[in-house]
Amino acid sequence: METLAMHISNGIINGPVAAVFAAIALAALAVCVLRGRQDLDDRLAPMAGLVAAFIFAVQMLNFPIFTAGVSGHLLGGALAALLVGPWVGALCVAVVLVVQALVFGDGGVAMLGLNITNMAVLGTAAAYLLIAALLRVLPRTPAGLAVTAFVSALVSVVVAAMGFVVQYQLGGTTDLGGNLAGLAGTMAVSHLLIGIGEGLITATTVVTVAKVRPDLVYALRALKPAAPAPVPAVGGVR
Amino acid sequence: MGAGHSHPLYRESGSPVHRLPPEVKIAAMVAFTLAVVATPREALWAFGAYAVLVAVVAAAARVGPGWLLRRSLIELPFVLFAFALPFLGAGERVDVLGLRLSEDGLYGAWNILAKGTLGVLASLLLAATTTTRDLIVGLDRLRCPQILTQIATFMLRYLEVLVGEARRMRVARVSRGDDPRFVWQLRGFAAGVGALFLRAYERGERVYLAMLSRGYTGRMPVVWHGAGAATAGQWLAGAAVPVVAAVVAATALALT
Repeated sequence: METLAMHISNGIINGPVAAVFAAIALAALAVCVLRGRQDLDDRLAPMAGLVAAFIFAVQMLNFPIFTAGVSGHLLGGALAALLVGPWVGALCVAVVLVVQALVFGDGGVAMLGLNITNMAVLGTAAAYLLIAALLRVLPRTPAGLAVTAFVSALVSVVVAAMGFVVQYQLGGTTDLGGNLAGLAGTMAVSHLLIGIGEGLITATTVVTVAKVRPDLVYALRALKPAAPAPVPAVGGVR
Repeated sequence: MGAGHSHPLYRESGSPVHRLPPEVKIAAMVAFTLAVVATPREALWAFGAYAVLVAVVAAAARVGPGWLLRRSLIELPFVLFAFALPFLGAGERVDVLGLRLSEDGLYGAWNILAKGTLGVLASLLLAATTTTRDLIVGLDRLRCPQILTQIATFMLRYLEVLVGEARRMRVARVSRGDDPRFVWQLRGFAAGVGALFLRAYERGERVYLAMLSRGYTGRMPVVWHGAGAATAGQWLAGAAVPVVAAVVAATALALT
């Protein structure tokens, strides 16, 4: 296993800021638990587990950003929001982060609040807002769904990365002075590239699922009955 | 599919640390990490004390130092970030080996290196001594909301399903004349990722329905909850390490 840590590890952000964000993350997750309970039915429960497992696997694909030693990776927030909705989706990403911190030492336990705020809360929220807006505007075709998935994934990755920059500005343990702008720039550009990769993976996955089992895509349920219906199924391995 | 009841980091052993109930180990590990993070970075001796604590627990758990060091390489990206800090940091500069480095940056690098490494070692020790199932049971006993433990249960279970399906699909591709090598297999992977997801879902759905028909209600069977919940003595034993760490952290805070 030559996996690398990629979430904020202990000691990068100071204690008080980490505590504040832990409180924010906890409050957001409490809301998600309450709302998510209503969503979680017999179809969504295994889907939530699989989405979490998929995100877990996909987060292992890691791109080191050598210029500053900071690394980036895929998040999966948009995929989760599309397939299981914003509430359960945020919980899926949060579970992935908790297990990674507890068992795999990836991301400090004391920094969990920061990581959950960035990736589970901000990333998923940004993705879902975009999904809700784009699905109304774009034509209800596989292409429209693909564009929605691609754009929301791309934006959610960049939003999460900017969350880290804001947190570092608030409570970074080392004052970078003028170099903070450099950090922000590095994070933005690199996560733009990562976002393209994430967008492609999200779009292919969601479009395939929507073609074969449209009932499984949470984001399309609200739009019934005009869902991207009778496209010939191309399931299985090609 | 019979194998894989635990994650690759688990080290089978009957040590006293392995026998501790999982909820005690999780709580101890989190408390220890919080104490480490709360320690001011100038108190170098305190981090030495934490390292001794980790070594003692590792010895009690019969986890070798070589294994720990190899697994802690996961931290590498942050070590790189730490090494960049002395060059990027603002504030006063000091001369080290002819380089003008930021003093704040040097301390920052040390801060990330020490606290990050101790955190990784603590979670590696938890992973090495706790099976996946125990981890979920422990979280459940710590009053983690059921929806979260349920997602976590399925996640850890379906990880195996996902890896298994991916392997089968790869074998299927290779046996039909595909020649996956290095970067070129990415194209085949990208084309198959949606199909992989669907296959894994349909397999996972069958697993879930099978569980439902055998009486699964969203919680792990009661048998595991009734037997082996932590006793007061086990809580005390588990509290030893975080209490020592808290004393060290308090002393360090008082001294600086």
